[in-house]
Amino acid sequence: MRNIFLFIRRYITFFTFLILQGLSLWFLFNYNRFHRAKFLGMANEVTGRVNTQFNKVEEYFKLKEENRRVHRLNDSLLNLMPGNFMQKDSSFQLKVDSSSLDKNGFYRRYIFRPAIVVYNTVNAQKNYIQINKGASQGIKDNMAVIGSDGSAVGVVVNVSANFSQVMSLLHVQSTVSVALKKSGEFGIIEWDGKDPRYLIIKRIPKTVEVVIGDTILTSSVSFNFPPGYMVGTVADIKLDNTSGMNSLKVKSAANFYNLQQVHVIENIEYDEQIRLNAETYKKNPK
Amino acid sequence: MSNFLKYFFRFAAFILIQVYVLNKIPHLHRFIVPYLYYLPILWLPFSISRIWLLIIGFITGLSLDYFMMTPGLHAAACVLIAYFRPYIINVLTPKDSSEYNYREPSPIAIRWTPYAIYVFVLTLLHHGYMVFLEWMDFGKFTDFIIKVIATTVISMLLIFTVELLFPRSLKFRTNTP
Repeated sequence: MRNIFLFIRRYITFFTFLILQGLSLWFLFNYNRFHRAKFLGMANEVTGRVNTQFNKVEEYFKLKEENRRVHRLNDSLLNLMPGNFMQKDSSFQLKVDSSSLDKNGFYRRYIFRPAIVVYNTVNAQKNYIQINKGASQGIKDNMAVIGSDGSAVGVVVNVSANFSQVMSLLHVQSTVSVALKKSGEFGIIEWDGKDPRYLIIKRIPKTVEVVIGDTILTSSVSFNFPPGYMVGTVADIKLDNTSGMNSLKVKSAANFYNLQQVHVIENIEYDEQIRLNAETYKKNPK
Repeated sequence: MSNFLKYFFRFAAFILIQVYVLNKIPHLHRFIVPYLYYLPILWLPFSISRIWLLIIGFITGLSLDYFMMTPGLHAAACVLIAYFRPYIINVLTPKDSSEYNYREPSPIAIRWTPYAIYVFVLTLLHHGYMVFLEWMDFGKFTDFIIKVIATTVISMLLIFTVELLFPRSLKFRTNTP
């Protein structure tokens, strides 16, 4: 027994090294697998507060671009106002058709919450965005995040009390379900970790007609993104000879270099959809 | 106490520079990632105990990790260089630590060439191990090799720029603690 203690005492540095190294690797692999960091709650509150202070300065440099985006979105919303539309009637009587405003018979599926980006990188292969809303403001995991001009940005992966971490589309593990606007073909958008301006859609069948400049939207089969939000435009089409499928290079609509204001979107039926999915797999295992 | 504060602010300043400047600026290429935050570990005094060195390395790495959302990645690399630092100092300047005239490693304390080797070996260890951990998760082997070399070169450039621009006011060792 005495010898064991002597042994430990003698190699105490080496043992400390092994323990700390093991601890770091455990943190790392745990996080890579589940996106759940140890002690994240506390750390996220601290980094969030520091990031908020720095963001106060940085905000000013992005305001011009931000204004332009908000103005563009406002413009598209103004075009949807009921006052813009007239009834095709010989008497040309102006009547506001309230049917588009009537919420009877409809129910709400998505809720939008505004948030501000406090930290964001594009240089890593796994980029995360920190936003200033968290669990106490109703943010939960797997909510979708769009930019101020309505372009897809990412998905919430981790929340603390007042801040949350968003997995950016620029993350090598990010997968978001998208659709081609013209043909309605579904695909999965990913990132290859190379150029932060371009995303990748693999495995689009050759029979689907795609041309450069086609619009890519969020799809109607996504659990977290509402359908019809801009993801990007096709920049390049490459034929993969082994699979006989096209792979598309997509220029992302969101400018990840100067994200400032974002909307977090909650799908109210998310839990039900996921539960149904899980039960289906349980009944019909592959 | 004032020494403790000095080192604390040094560590905090380097981490903030890493988080808000070096990781935010658009990089020249995705392989060229400038890293500077581990420099204060190389600047710790000769006399520091090895266990404290490891613990300081761990905390430094982990605090950067929580900013970058890569828990454990930088911490593992920092613990590794903190472990090897005393051995490399011993190899480069083979004498007892009590015989040093200066308190901490610097180009003047151990001369330019040994200091360059000291920084180079630890930088290579740090980047090699960190990129290796990243690569295990994602990427190709050639990417791994190129990234280690490119990142080491840019970090060495940055470190020597810092050494030339901001020479530390070196204190002689005294008998009073």
